[in-house]
Amino acid sequence: MFLINCPYCGERDQQEFKAGGEAHIERPKQPTELSDDEWAEYLFMRKNIKGIQFERWNHSHGCRKWFNMVRDTSNDEIKAIYKMGEKPPAQ
Amino acid sequence: MRNKYSVFSLIKNALSYHENWQRAWKDPAPKKEYDAVIVGGGGHGLATAYYLAKKHNMNNIAVVEKGWIGGGNTGRNTTIIRSNYLWDASAGLYDHALKIWEGLSQELNYNVMFSQRGVMNLAHNLQDVRDLKRRTHANRLNGIDAVYLSTEEVKKFCPIINTSPDIRYPVLGGTLQRRAGTARHDAVAWGYARGADAMGVDIIQNCEVKGIKRNGDSVEGIETTKGFIKTKKIGVVAAGHSSVIANMAGLRLPLESKPLQALVSEPVKPIIDTVVMSNAVHAYVSQSDKGELVIGAGTDDYVSYTQKGSHQIVEGTLNAILELYPIFSRMRMLRQWGGIVDICPDASPILSKTSIKGLYFNCGWGTGGFKATPGSGDLFAHTIANDEPHKLNAAFNLNRFVSGDLVDEHGAAAVAH
Repeated sequence: MFLINCPYCGERDQQEFKAGGEAHIERPKQPTELSDDEWAEYLFMRKNIKGIQFERWNHSHGCRKWFNMVRDTSNDEIKAIYKMGEKPPAQ
Repeated sequence: MRNKYSVFSLIKNALSYHENWQRAWKDPAPKKEYDAVIVGGGGHGLATAYYLAKKHNMNNIAVVEKGWIGGGNTGRNTTIIRSNYLWDASAGLYDHALKIWEGLSQELNYNVMFSQRGVMNLAHNLQDVRDLKRRTHANRLNGIDAVYLSTEEVKKFCPIINTSPDIRYPVLGGTLQRRAGTARHDAVAWGYARGADAMGVDIIQNCEVKGIKRNGDSVEGIETTKGFIKTKKIGVVAAGHSSVIANMAGLRLPLESKPLQALVSEPVKPIIDTVVMSNAVHAYVSQSDKGELVIGAGTDDYVSYTQKGSHQIVEGTLNAILELYPIFSRMRMLRQWGGIVDICPDASPILSKTSIKGLYFNCGWGTGGFKATPGSGDLFAHTIANDEPHKLNAAFNLNRFVSGDLVDEHGAAAVAH
């Protein structure tokens, strides 16, 4: 449980948000040409990092907009928040 | 030689004021090399070591644990044991475990306090009713005991449940598995540790794995905080930290680690003599032998390794508990905690070889691994010893995420994951 600074609405309780999992997983450009291994990698395999993780969040009980977050999963500290389409900050 | 626990040993030790009990397991320094090393000293890891030594004659093995044995999810779960899963593969896996539970205290000469008090699952809407009836039939076809109960039968079996039709989520029926129940979670870890130690297994605590040494496509050993340990076979049973270990070997797993919470109340006199689970409103409750109500809450939806969950998750569970059991409205909660559970996309576990020779993973048990402890250890030991899965865990391989042959228990099992 923590506070999240929504880039559109400001600081709100985490309860208002929905976690959307790992960020920057690109949808395959040529889905018909993917092998089963590549599909598995895209659909299922996750970094699941203990430490600094890049992830997507949605302000589901607020503006309903998606954005990205850099968070330390070992202590839930938020390091950065940036909008969709923006470049992730350097680590 | 390990002394046997019995009424006579109890009397003998009482005469010396219980000061001369033999240590249940040694505290050895790691050797330079083992035939196999198990990473993770929880119930599943210790059971794996126990069955490797007992059934496969692999005695030169070690269990390395970064904290103390049973200090992770083994000591944090709500101790529910059942095997009423929908799909054939899961039914086979969990009922194999339940059959071992039934003789485990005798086998280990250690009282794991296995209590077949029954597990009842409630239905709160028409879809629940259809799902639970379907699961009851599926269970019976697989030889697993299951009965469907009407609202009146639910009330008769557990009188403190509010079965009034005008509550927000009325009880429309339920299922009952009488062979299901609970066990003392710490005792399972301690019993397996004592049994494994007696057969020569080294249990090395406070020993964290820092790296996995590979030579091409096979493993050579592990780097730990107590030095390098050479081994050709590594069985990883690290629950919520499985991905962390996998990353050390350059392997990716389909897991997300999330906090799952549980809580207990102050101890009271016996009030509920079974386990009641409600999928739809997410409320699980049973009573421990100490008298505490043991309540399981849900997972947070974000990845976290903090072993603490959000307050609103506990609040949601307690809201549901209070509506179903108005009698608990004045109870005070004593302790609340979180554990990190590793969840697979299909909510089924992975007991599997990997693309790296000699590296095996037993993970993905998510929110419900405790019940499987003995079966998981037995089948994982088989997989490590033979370098091939047993037929009961063949479906739970890592390759199912490539082939698409998932064991989709999400929502289809007795509980929501």
